[in-house]
Amino acid sequence: MVAVGKPRTGAIVRVSGPLMEVDGVPDVSMLEVLAVGPQRISAETVAIAGNRATLQAYEYTGGVKVGDTVEATGSQLTGLLGPGLLGAVFDGLMRPLSSAPLWLTQDRTTSTDDPATMERIWTFVPSVAVGDQVSPGDVLGTVPGAGSVEHRALVPPGIFGTLTWLTSEMEVHALDPIARVGTQEVLLSERWPVRAARPFRDRTAGVVPLHTGQRVLDLMYPLARGAAAAVPGGFGTGKTMMLQQIAKWSDADVIVYVGCGERGNEMADVLDGLSQLVDERTGGKLIDRTVIIANTSNMPMMAREASIYTGICVAEYYRDMGYDVVVIADSTSRWAEALREFANRNGDLPAEEGYPANLASELAAFYERAGRVTTLGGQTASVTVIGAVSPPGGDMTEPVTTDTQRFVRCLWLLDRDLAYSRHYPAVSWTGSFTRDEEALGRWHTANGDPGWAPRRARAAALLAEADRLGDLAEIIGANSLPGHERMVLLGGRLLRDGVLMQNALSPNDGFCSAEKGAALLDLVLDVVDTCQQLVERGVSATTIEQADHGPVLRAREETGPADAAGVASRRADVVRKLEELS
Amino acid sequence: MTDPTTAPSGTERPDEGPNPGVAQISHGDVRELRGPLLVMGDVDDVGWDEFATVDFAGRERHGLVLEVDHDLVTLQVLEGTDAMAPGGVRVRFAGRPLRIPVGSGWLGRVCNGRGEPLDGGPPVTGDTTLPVSGWPLNPVYREPPQEPVLTGISVIDALTTLVRGQKLPIFSVPGLPHLTLATQIAAQATSGGTTFRVVFAAMGLTHADIAFVRDRLEERSAAGELVLLINAADDPVIERILTPRIALTIAENLAYTEGHDVLVIMSDMTSYAEAVREVSAARREIPARRGYPGYLYSDLASLYERCGRVRGQQGSVTIVPVLTMPAGDITHPVPDLTGYITEGQIVLSPEVAARGIYPPVDALSSLSRLMRSGAGAGRTREDHLDVAAQVLAALAHARQSAELAELVGAAALSETDRSYIAYRGLLEQGLLNQGHDDRRSLEDTLDRAWSALAALPRRELTMLSTEFLDRYLPSEPEAT
Repeated sequence: MVAVGKPRTGAIVRVSGPLMEVDGVPDVSMLEVLAVGPQRISAETVAIAGNRATLQAYEYTGGVKVGDTVEATGSQLTGLLGPGLLGAVFDGLMRPLSSAPLWLTQDRTTSTDDPATMERIWTFVPSVAVGDQVSPGDVLGTVPGAGSVEHRALVPPGIFGTLTWLTSEMEVHALDPIARVGTQEVLLSERWPVRAARPFRDRTAGVVPLHTGQRVLDLMYPLARGAAAAVPGGFGTGKTMMLQQIAKWSDADVIVYVGCGERGNEMADVLDGLSQLVDERTGGKLIDRTVIIANTSNMPMMAREASIYTGICVAEYYRDMGYDVVVIADSTSRWAEALREFANRNGDLPAEEGYPANLASELAAFYERAGRVTTLGGQTASVTVIGAVSPPGGDMTEPVTTDTQRFVRCLWLLDRDLAYSRHYPAVSWTGSFTRDEEALGRWHTANGDPGWAPRRARAAALLAEADRLGDLAEIIGANSLPGHERMVLLGGRLLRDGVLMQNALSPNDGFCSAEKGAALLDLVLDVVDTCQQLVERGVSATTIEQADHGPVLRAREETGPADAAGVASRRADVVRKLEELS
Repeated sequence: MTDPTTAPSGTERPDEGPNPGVAQISHGDVRELRGPLLVMGDVDDVGWDEFATVDFAGRERHGLVLEVDHDLVTLQVLEGTDAMAPGGVRVRFAGRPLRIPVGSGWLGRVCNGRGEPLDGGPPVTGDTTLPVSGWPLNPVYREPPQEPVLTGISVIDALTTLVRGQKLPIFSVPGLPHLTLATQIAAQATSGGTTFRVVFAAMGLTHADIAFVRDRLEERSAAGELVLLINAADDPVIERILTPRIALTIAENLAYTEGHDVLVIMSDMTSYAEAVREVSAARREIPARRGYPGYLYSDLASLYERCGRVRGQQGSVTIVPVLTMPAGDITHPVPDLTGYITEGQIVLSPEVAARGIYPPVDALSSLSRLMRSGAGAGRTREDHLDVAAQVLAALAHARQSAELAELVGAAALSETDRSYIAYRGLLEQGLLNQGHDDRRSLEDTLDRAWSALAALPRRELTMLSTEFLDRYLPSEPEAT
């Protein structure tokens, strides 16, 4: 594709913010990265017409002049994938931020090969021998000390044959060869164009839940491993807080957190929080299973567009090692805005609200990179994608929100009224959905909890009925309702406050095991049943309403994060006290 | 660590002060004048975002390069193109983006929206200059904000605590005293123990408002703790694009180089956004919502994100933007996009104002996202977070009780509901309502919150621990 030797150069003819036009670069290809001007700002080709190429710049273009030299690099936007990703922070172009300066000026080198990454020393422990037949996805060996999951060096896609050489070095660097297959060298780290999906063998059929640790999600709107979820919510609805909780507590092996056009302080908060929290399963810190891609809202807009792909590329890299990976993208709306911004500058005809006509297909392409697959190496692994959506003005009919809903398996809609009444996580039970509830119900049945689906159905019915009666009560007053309906209202309140609400800041309540969640819901449903029986026996509804329901409501706070037995043990006492009312 | 003062574009021109532009070549080939835009032909060697000086009829105007296309350069003229004619215009390009001098020379000064003195003093000078657009702060170096700024205003300090390094906007509607509130914050805010400085950027304010602001902030200005930048309602509109950037560049320097805790107040951001829209419309860009350009989010973020704290360094930049929501619509693009960027919001409401409360903060729609890390034990007072949560929960309940009372009559309410209504009255008069010059200590503020909570039966105070109740709850004002 690229002529070696002679540099391919051209000259800038137009600059308008991140859009630049360049004339005369020979054989320039779409998506090729070019270096612009004396600062060597990196830019990507997005259109070619005759001799002229249109570029989107990944840096601030201040000072770029007509006539500035542009040099083609011959490669697409690539990430350097290797040990050292876990626990580190990168920008949208996958350049390490940990070793970047305080102020991100134009003068930064555009390479992902920063010296700190290159100089870092790793140990390679081979698990194959010279003479073995290997094919893509096979494990060549492991690299200890690279995060909380075992780092596996794999045979890259496209390389087959006999292993002819293995490194005997104890110490290897990122770009040192570790093995030779036939005549092809395999390096410790791998360069991969971030926009290209990494290959796998096939998608697997089985459905396995991802436990998020958030009750309202796990009990009501569960997500399967390898599925995609969207979280639309206006500002102030607790979107970021919920995503951070998932990053902390979900039972994935690796988390990729993409801060796409969001707040700098939030990234600091994620970094700080994950660095302090202990990963119960490994004993290490949660940050050691996390890769952070940070492209905050004041960083260059086009790098924001790339950051989504960078994140998913990293996730696929760990998936290929056989891990379950969750990609959290906050927020996909900012990514879509970057698409829109560029399309407008490029003079493309807009579709809805100024967004380009390919918005839906771009969203689909992104969410479809989620999946539970058999890797090239034959392991079952997954990439789960959770994308935040920030609808302008809380308008759920705007293009990004509506298009996204078509491509996801789960929708966790955050409701402003719930958030304003401090009901967090503010996941609406009227607008959210999961499309995997039946399959996940079967999984729970096969894995020791046959009551999961009936329990969920009862909770959903109770919530809907309580909402309907609540609306009625606002008009005629709750006291005018018959006793059994007042018990439904009471039950709705207990369910909302005692089960669905979850205090992210509480050590007991921030995370909830599947068993504890089930026990809490069982407790509330039992209490509702008891109350209904009492009303039937003639106990006044007011008496039951005014009883002390504190033990039910406080159960989530007063028992440990996985203390299902502690919740269950309250049942007898609570029911006995209620019975005493009759 | 790169020195932030190095020239960004790598040009080696000597420092030419705040308005460099005395370049040798001047250009006169005007191709187009449209709204605030000036298109020059036959220009070469000019970079994007470069600063320029425009001479016409003996008057100097200023411009920024919006686009370079072959030999054409599009400029936005900050003072507008009124009265300009294609003949006789001369443009000199500075060879780099706009830079301003920074340092403590700004303190105590009153300047216009471009940083030129309005107080009769000499132009502000400094040893170093910085580009006004600033550079993104590497998020890895950010320190999560966690110390409070105390404004002396009860409703803010108690319920939506402002935290050093936070961006917390005030959402208002025309006719409410948001400027009075912003000015009161500017006059009273302190950070407890550290040196505190205020940069006040006024955009699109009327002369009556400006007189009020100058008068109210006189004391702080005289003490050398305040920088005042003023773009009046009848000043050039496009100049407003520059005003907040100058304010933030001054603030960043005062914070990260001089080590002060700096509060930047920007009022009114709606006027700023209108200036952005005007330029966008003149460029015939495809609008997103309500005629605002699609990049308004990124543009606002490039301002608001300049707040923060830096790991291992003294100083902080806290930003309080003030904006009026046209027709009180919180889904209007300016408040909406602001809300997505900022860390919470303080919402002023006409209903609260109508009840005679100043500041008319709607406590239930207001939120400070960083409060949980900036208040409580070791930051303000041990009971602060729990009291704030209880005050808000009880206020929400009281509002429902009041609505119910309107439907069924107060006499039909339960005793509990009646106590909530009494609580609301006490809270509004004791805690939320405050004088324009009244500065309350945090102790006083929290004690007032407890006094109001005492109107409720103790069993209703479920968010407060027995320990706090025993320690802080005043004895029951009424016999049960």
